[in-house]
Amino acid sequence: MTVPTVAPTGGDLAPVTTQAAVASDVNGSPITPTHIAHRGGPVNPTAAALSARFGPAIVRTEVTWGETTVFVANDALHAIVRWLHDEPRERYDYLVDVTAVEYRDADRPLEVVWHLRALAHRRFLRLKVELPKGTTLSVPSIVDIYSGADWLERECYDMFGIRFEGHPDLRRLLMWETYREGYPLRKDFPLRGRFSRAEQLKQALAADPEARYSMEELSIADAFDSLPEDMKRRLAERADSHDGHDRVGE
Amino acid sequence: MSERRTIEVALGTSGLDAHGMPLRAPLVSHGGKAVALDPSIMVPEPEMGSDHMLINIGPQHPATHGVLRLVLELDGETVVRCIPHIGYLHCGFEKIGEYRQYNQIIPWTDREDYLNSPGNNVAFVLGAERLFGVGMTERCKVLRVMLMELSRIISHLVWLGTTSVDLGAFTPFLWLYQERENVYNLLEGWVGARLTTTATRVGGMAADIPDGWLDGLRAFLRGFPKTLEESVRMLETNAIWAGRTVGLGAMSAQEAVNAGLSGPMLRASGVAYDVRKDFPYLDYETYDFDVVVGTAGDVYDRFLVRVEEMRQSVRILEQALQRLPDGPVNINDPRLILPPKHKATSEMESMIHHFKLVMEGPRPPAGECYVPVESPKGEKGYYMVSDGTSKPVRWRIRPPSFVNLSAIPKMVEGHLLSDVIAINASIDIVMGEIDR
Repeated sequence: MTVPTVAPTGGDLAPVTTQAAVASDVNGSPITPTHIAHRGGPVNPTAAALSARFGPAIVRTEVTWGETTVFVANDALHAIVRWLHDEPRERYDYLVDVTAVEYRDADRPLEVVWHLRALAHRRFLRLKVELPKGTTLSVPSIVDIYSGADWLERECYDMFGIRFEGHPDLRRLLMWETYREGYPLRKDFPLRGRFSRAEQLKQALAADPEARYSMEELSIADAFDSLPEDMKRRLAERADSHDGHDRVGE
Repeated sequence: MSERRTIEVALGTSGLDAHGMPLRAPLVSHGGKAVALDPSIMVPEPEMGSDHMLINIGPQHPATHGVLRLVLELDGETVVRCIPHIGYLHCGFEKIGEYRQYNQIIPWTDREDYLNSPGNNVAFVLGAERLFGVGMTERCKVLRVMLMELSRIISHLVWLGTTSVDLGAFTPFLWLYQERENVYNLLEGWVGARLTTTATRVGGMAADIPDGWLDGLRAFLRGFPKTLEESVRMLETNAIWAGRTVGLGAMSAQEAVNAGLSGPMLRASGVAYDVRKDFPYLDYETYDFDVVVGTAGDVYDRFLVRVEEMRQSVRILEQALQRLPDGPVNINDPRLILPPKHKATSEMESMIHHFKLVMEGPRPPAGECYVPVESPKGEKGYYMVSDGTSKPVRWRIRPPSFVNLSAIPKMVEGHLLSDVIAINASIDIVMGEIDR
């Protein structure tokens, strides 16, 4: 007996018909989709509208498992999202997620992924920007369009080191602000961390107790002025060295 | 025995607003009479300087529902600025997922939103099944609906219980946790675990329900609504409860959508967006239930929405009980489903099959998908990217309470310090899911 593996086609449960991921019945009410094709199938009409409006900034469009992915040029992303949000016929008013994908194939570019949703039209669109390896990892921030992008972009920066230009407060979110081991979700980051257990323990024990507060917080009111002199000095030193720490591991 | 005396207090207000709700405006002395604070008669506050106070709440504080840390800048008792800090529970789930086969990731989904483990199990396999291009059996579909609704009920029970404790009511907490125990007993009878259920597998379930399980569910559905209504009656028209929740942390519909809120947080603001209705899965469109929306988007509305959602979940469970068909729970696909144990230990082919499936794992075709479900906290989705190997290239959790919590500065700023606790509770955060 040969042990079968799942292939894109073939097998009695492989998809036979094509249907959009958001299937609907005769009245237009949404229903649970069945038999979604692996590749191809109905394209989200927004993709065509984007091509007509932005032309060369739209790199290509793919449909995978019923979901439309539009690859766009990095410098046009902000204008595209702004248009999708404001255009009355599109109205992508809901930002679902901002994340990134790095493939195991080292030559493949990193992808930054935006999941957008038009609540009124029940449409779902995936935007992607490809960032080739070796280039500056930076994309425009869309916090000014969706306030919900704030933490999602900060997390993406924290985990992948992708800078969101224009974000008002791009700090680490899940890792602590003085974390120096790089970006955990990058493929070159080892599962167990970059430093040895001994080194991690040493750093944890050596951490200043005041590191739990950021300069911004300590500057509230007179809290900073009432600190002991040596603590003030250490904090100032840390603030000065803050610029360089997040370059590790890029 | 002394004579009973009645003391009349001169009040300029009944203490109720135009809607009959307890007035939240503080009473001030005006002309020797206590009246509600009215901007027109407000006396300018004496100049007290600009000394703002820095208050740190958490990460070890019971009212932060986990290891959330809020740094608050206070002007008197009013919150001027709120800076949340998260990440104290970060364990790198998404990184670990890249080193696990699909079925091996399911136990990790138990541990992220740990109040909703069965729901996460179902959500994950729905995504994985789309990535594999397989479906599920009819019986499995209905069993999964039962799991999702039961886990919605237990999650909302914990929310209602802990929030009532936060605001000073202990009794509903005990009553509601009793019912939660009943659900956990049911889950234990089905999959053997109470909290970390790992109840599903790609293509089916860990096990079919045992004999008599449906009777247990029926008994729960008979008893639970009574407890729920008793507990709600303790709170719904309770002056303290209403006084501490009405008008707090209100988000308009437009603000809520723009901030990416989902679930009860979004629906309390009046947006009727429910993944079960708008992007159905598991044949939810064939169940008869209502999407509950609020009007004011405040803490009280979020309470009403969650309570009504539990009633709707009971309705869905009753329908699921009636329609549960017979038949297998796992699809008939040897690429994904292990052979029965007795065959794996007695037939060579089945043993090899078992070995290969466990050691190598099933391999989906290269592709990606994002499948959202309506979790108790909001829209939860797993975004999975496969490069054709047995382990995902990327397993991304779209955590609803992460996005909901990110709007907390907007909700608490301008409110009093004690209201921060109520607003924070109303978000229904689970730090396991936020920090992952």
